[in-house]
Amino acid sequence: MRKRTLLALAAATALMSAGTALAQDKTKACFIYVGPIGDFGWSYQHHQGALEMQEELGGEDKVEIAYLESVPEGADAERAIERFARSGCNIVFTTSFGYMDATNKVAAKFPDVKFEHATGFKREHPNVATYNSKFHEGRYVQGVIAASLSEKGVAGYIASFPIPEVVMGINSFVLGAQSVDPDFKVKVVWANTWFDPGKEADAAKVLIDQGVDIITQHTDSTAPMQVAHERGIKAFGQASDMIKFGPETQLTSIVDDWGPYYAKRGKAVMDGTWEQVDVWGGMADGHVVMAPYTNMPDDVKKLAEETQDKITSGELNPFAGPINKQDGSEWLKEGEVADDGTLLGMNFYVEGVDDQLPQ
Amino acid sequence: MRIELVRRPLQSKLFSALSPFIAFALMVIAGAIIFAALGKNPVDGLYAYFIDPLTEVWSLHELAIKAAPLILIAVGLSVCFLSSNWNIGAEGQFTMGAIAGSVIPLYFPDFQNASVLPLMLIFGAVGGALYAGIPAILKARFNTNEILTSLMLVYVAQLILDWLVRGPWRDPAAMSFPQAPPFHAWAIVPELFPMSGRANWGIVFAIVAAVGIWFMMSRTLKGFEIKVIGQSPRAGRFGGFSTTRTIIFAFLVSGALAGLAGITEVAGAIGRLQPSISPGYGFAAIIVAFLGRLNPLGIIAAGFVLALSYLGGEAAQIAIGVTDKTVRAFQGMLLFFVLACDTLIHYRVRLVRPAPATAPSAPALETAHGHG
Repeated sequence: MRKRTLLALAAATALMSAGTALAQDKTKACFIYVGPIGDFGWSYQHHQGALEMQEELGGEDKVEIAYLESVPEGADAERAIERFARSGCNIVFTTSFGYMDATNKVAAKFPDVKFEHATGFKREHPNVATYNSKFHEGRYVQGVIAASLSEKGVAGYIASFPIPEVVMGINSFVLGAQSVDPDFKVKVVWANTWFDPGKEADAAKVLIDQGVDIITQHTDSTAPMQVAHERGIKAFGQASDMIKFGPETQLTSIVDDWGPYYAKRGKAVMDGTWEQVDVWGGMADGHVVMAPYTNMPDDVKKLAEETQDKITSGELNPFAGPINKQDGSEWLKEGEVADDGTLLGMNFYVEGVDDQLPQ
Repeated sequence: MRIELVRRPLQSKLFSALSPFIAFALMVIAGAIIFAALGKNPVDGLYAYFIDPLTEVWSLHELAIKAAPLILIAVGLSVCFLSSNWNIGAEGQFTMGAIAGSVIPLYFPDFQNASVLPLMLIFGAVGGALYAGIPAILKARFNTNEILTSLMLVYVAQLILDWLVRGPWRDPAAMSFPQAPPFHAWAIVPELFPMSGRANWGIVFAIVAAVGIWFMMSRTLKGFEIKVIGQSPRAGRFGGFSTTRTIIFAFLVSGALAGLAGITEVAGAIGRLQPSISPGYGFAAIIVAFLGRLNPLGIIAAGFVLALSYLGGEAAQIAIGVTDKTVRAFQGMLLFFVLACDTLIHYRVRLVRPAPATAPSAPALETAHGHG
């Protein structure tokens, strides 16, 4: 009797482990989003990247996708990440800066699960990687276009929060513009939000009333594009291709394309070759894609394409000297190039920004 | 024909006690209908929502983490609400408590011993209480509407927090990102059973506070005073109770508990001050307070129910793929059904036909009679 029970138990265990082995054939990739996937901006693009990865790696039979949207950046983040780690995810992507501590804490408890944190810098455990994109490369191209088209020589910039990423974008835009028109100026309005159509629209109106004739934004909604359309000026989209919201207004848009990176990392998990990395990918890596250049004369379009090609090939670095800081003091000498560390911690403006950086 | 609510002369004690359960049952039924309408299996959906989070130890820990701030804040709100002071600003008092308590580890990083945490908790409670004192004094002195002032002060508190973590309190090691430096080990609320999960002393504070407030409200003169003033300020004045003092007292207690919840949250589950520290605990606690019948012991249970709805919403997102918005829908339905049940306990519904001109206006009389 006893023997039979043991046998049955053994058989059951064997069956169960076979079950897990079968389940393991399918890789499970899990995503934590800070906003709703319908925001047409940051979270939407991450979700598009997730779907692209699934498609790329053999569809639903090979890769299972799970996600949690609108996860707050407080104490809830750790629970959401741990839930994924426990539910059999092989790799978990946490796609907002505020998840940094939580990601590392959970990673310590689940050494077999891989964690990828977007826009952060902490990799406290070997199973944590970080990744981000050089969106400022796209902003340089936008600056070139803005200075070529603007009659007034002033562009308006709707910024979210004074963090290095955003400051870097403003500076890159200005430098791009100054490569065409050395006297070009940029006015900045801080919306203090990533996504608030009302506030963003107000910011756009204020800027236009102050006399700018081109608008660009580092916030996620389509509202500034719509205001620009109403007022008959041109604008740049953000995060996704917003041409639908301004068919006669959008010049181009920086599209965050996470698909190639997600596919690469998912593949690495499947092959067992995943390793900790700190990736900061730009145009050359396919992270930063420019939406089609529209609503501009052919010569400007050509200039924009050339600039894009030069950045992609590495011939042009937006942050190559000589560059002065806002107060006129020298930052980079001729021939000097800013290192990544300085850029990723950037908290000052370059010359030509008509704003005081909130500190 | 019109519908009229007529106050019942006597409220059923039985149904008063049962109403949260009836409300919960109605919410489950409505939830099942919604799941079915979305094309999901209602049984799976409800299982993911209300059972699944209770089946694992780590998840129970998470439940305690989630319930602790809700209970702490709601217990304080019950004192306010029973005295007819509508403090809607607990979220702001929570934030101010977190800020005030953080002063110690941030400004005295070298002061490291066992007295750090108790001091932080006291600072947090005092910070929350002082912040709640603003709408209290405005109401007591100038008869300002406390619903508006307390609510507006929420946004002020959040902006102050935002400014602090982006400016003066920003961690120099965080590469210009908006967050304060992490707290040192003495400034962290210890976990209860670190082997099995991360639940911390916050839940103990919550239960102790609930029992304490329950004792005060049901066994002391102060509690009696608060309830009398809440039901009839005039009667209270005849009894020699001061309305002004009650307003201030209720707000201070409520603010102190919200502030304590705030510092416990940042020194516990989060571990540092950052721009976003609460997913709206101060507002969700209003539901908890009413679901718990404004009774501190009932609030303990209600806090766990609401915490469960957060966890369940997350589990359901993964298990059956419904959106995170269902969490809010469930919480909203729960509050709606609680209030609807209460209304039906206090009033009865009557259909009134247009009265013929000759008939005496008995219904109107009776309605008026009911108000006491």
